[in-house]
Amino acid sequence: MRAGENAGLCGRVRALIPNGPAILNTERLLALYRTMARIRSFENAAEAASRGGVVVFGSDGASAQARVRGPLHLSTGQEAVAAGVCVNLQPGDFLTSTHRSHGHTLAKGGDVRAMMCELFGRSTGTNGGKGGSMHIADFSIGMLGANGVVAAGIPIAVGAAHAIRIRGGREIVACFFGDGAVNRGPFLEGLNWARIFNLPVLFICEDNRYSATTPTGLMTGGEGAAARARSIGLPAQVVDGNDVLAVDEAAARLAGCARAGEGPQFLHAITYRVKGHVSVDPASYRDVIEVERAIEQDPLRLAERKLRERGVSEQETARMRAEADAEIARAVESADAAPWPEAASAYTDIQDCGAGTWR
Amino acid sequence: MNYSAAACLALQEAMQSDNRVVALGEDVGRGGVFGQYRGLQQEFGAHRVIDTPISEATIMGAAVGMALVGLRPVVEMRVADFALCAVDELVNQAAKNRYMFGGQGRVPIVARLPGGIWGASAAQHSQSLEAWFAHVPGLVVVAPATPADNYALLHAAIACGDPVVYQEHKELWGFEGEVPAKHRVELGRASVVRSGGDLTLVTWSREVHSAREAAERAQKLGISVELVDLRTLWPWDRDTVLASCARTRRLLVVHEAVQVAGFGAEIAASVAEALGIRVRRLGAPRIPVGYSRPLEDESRLGAEKVLSAITEFVGERGRNAAVQSD
Repeated sequence: MRAGENAGLCGRVRALIPNGPAILNTERLLALYRTMARIRSFENAAEAASRGGVVVFGSDGASAQARVRGPLHLSTGQEAVAAGVCVNLQPGDFLTSTHRSHGHTLAKGGDVRAMMCELFGRSTGTNGGKGGSMHIADFSIGMLGANGVVAAGIPIAVGAAHAIRIRGGREIVACFFGDGAVNRGPFLEGLNWARIFNLPVLFICEDNRYSATTPTGLMTGGEGAAARARSIGLPAQVVDGNDVLAVDEAAARLAGCARAGEGPQFLHAITYRVKGHVSVDPASYRDVIEVERAIEQDPLRLAERKLRERGVSEQETARMRAEADAEIARAVESADAAPWPEAASAYTDIQDCGAGTWR
Repeated sequence: MNYSAAACLALQEAMQSDNRVVALGEDVGRGGVFGQYRGLQQEFGAHRVIDTPISEATIMGAAVGMALVGLRPVVEMRVADFALCAVDELVNQAAKNRYMFGGQGRVPIVARLPGGIWGASAAQHSQSLEAWFAHVPGLVVVAPATPADNYALLHAAIACGDPVVYQEHKELWGFEGEVPAKHRVELGRASVVRSGGDLTLVTWSREVHSAREAAERAQKLGISVELVDLRTLWPWDRDTVLASCARTRRLLVVHEAVQVAGFGAEIAASVAEALGIRVRRLGAPRIPVGYSRPLEDESRLGAEKVLSAITEFVGERGRNAAVQSD
């Protein structure tokens, strides 16, 4: 898929029912399914390529086989949030994301080949190999950066929306963060700022229920993310983040409100982090039954069930998954063959004034 | 024109000539705590001179977001100490953005961090933290000493495409001096305030004035001091400093910041490595700034302490020369 295709499809579907609520037709659900399948394939391939890439306690170092090195945060099982939100964004809209950003970037129209190259540290990556998985950015699609610091994308998203307002633009900013972020100061500061300046931000708390390796519920007072947002005056909606149609419907409404000048909106999408905090984390601190139950609610399986109800065959969804796997396999192949960055590029793009020197 | 009015004029001119320039921070609409935004909200409106909540992290972080979408924000932190609430946004976000994202974006923000001792304001309103920021790749660090330089360097900082930490001094706001119209200074260029042959004294910000007085008094004792106002700490003007030191063969670096791990250490080490000459530093003792005058005075430098450092350094060399000749 080329950049912007998701948004283009969304535009076509919308044209059929311009002012309707969420458009629950089969074509749209298929498009959402396809996005989710592509994210799942991407995460699976990245995970496979990362084996041995992080020094685990007790092991004797990173394996030379690992092609994706360092911490890799997978969004496996959370695909419905990325797909359901981003289908409601326009090409000119902006996006800020977290350390777990592959799905958001892909769903906004990111080039999977450039993304995979970035994970592989190649010069053809989205960031020329300077960022890696945690810092994927693609400004050409309005993706202003994944962030290694929890909640740090919130003020940046708010500032981007503030600039849009000053310039009189009609774009909105989608700001993804996790459930852990609601316990950091920038969450309060950023939501308050967006409220008082009435900014076009759609905040999405992608609640996978874990703050690194600790259940967020144990660490969070009060009624949670949506209640906190409401206390600052933001309209907030809680949805099943594994139900892509529910996310789509809610995001369509909230994004529409933000675009219409009604100020910041808040979506609390409850999902589940199927993998560990990073790819090498077996997450053995979790209850096995909890994980099994979560897998039963896998967003792709839920979407498939709904597609069956609409007469889409098993062969058709299997074909879509195979297409996604093939596309991502080509991206991996391409990343494997791509050149490494020149060492000299370590000294470029630091600053214009006083750049890249020892002294 | 005073130091505050000079900065205000520079910002006013920048906002007149470029509508991407905006200012944001606490109380800027009323003119700012030190009058450095006086009249600007009336002229440019509340949408360009933006009063914000007391949310330093989001003031700095929002400026990063604004910059990525094409604005050129001037960020007011009120005092440098409060910018510590926004260090993630400045160091991990603003300074890293361009590199980490492979050159896709630029963050042309000016973060104004008024620094230095502010009489009787004690430990959380009096720090000089320029060395922290000079240490961070991606940042430019500026510390003007005079109204003319505050005018010219603020213009240069706003025009710069990089994030700039702009450290005005809280006890210089009322300092008067001539500001030539259209005066311009390039970032990274020091100013030789006074020529001399016995010793090179490198300093910046308020201590430029202490050093000037000390140099005049030293002259009466027969010691000729070359005084260099560094003005920009990163990138610092090595050429000017090394050329001066090569002639005088003595370097004394003076700064109001705590001496330990201060930026003076970087300059002294660089000069010693390059020229093999003797170097000395004078900074504050490694104590928090106290409230009561006798305590605060321990952290203040001033002309008397600078003069002592000059005479001891030059006298010491004399003694050593005498020892060597024995």
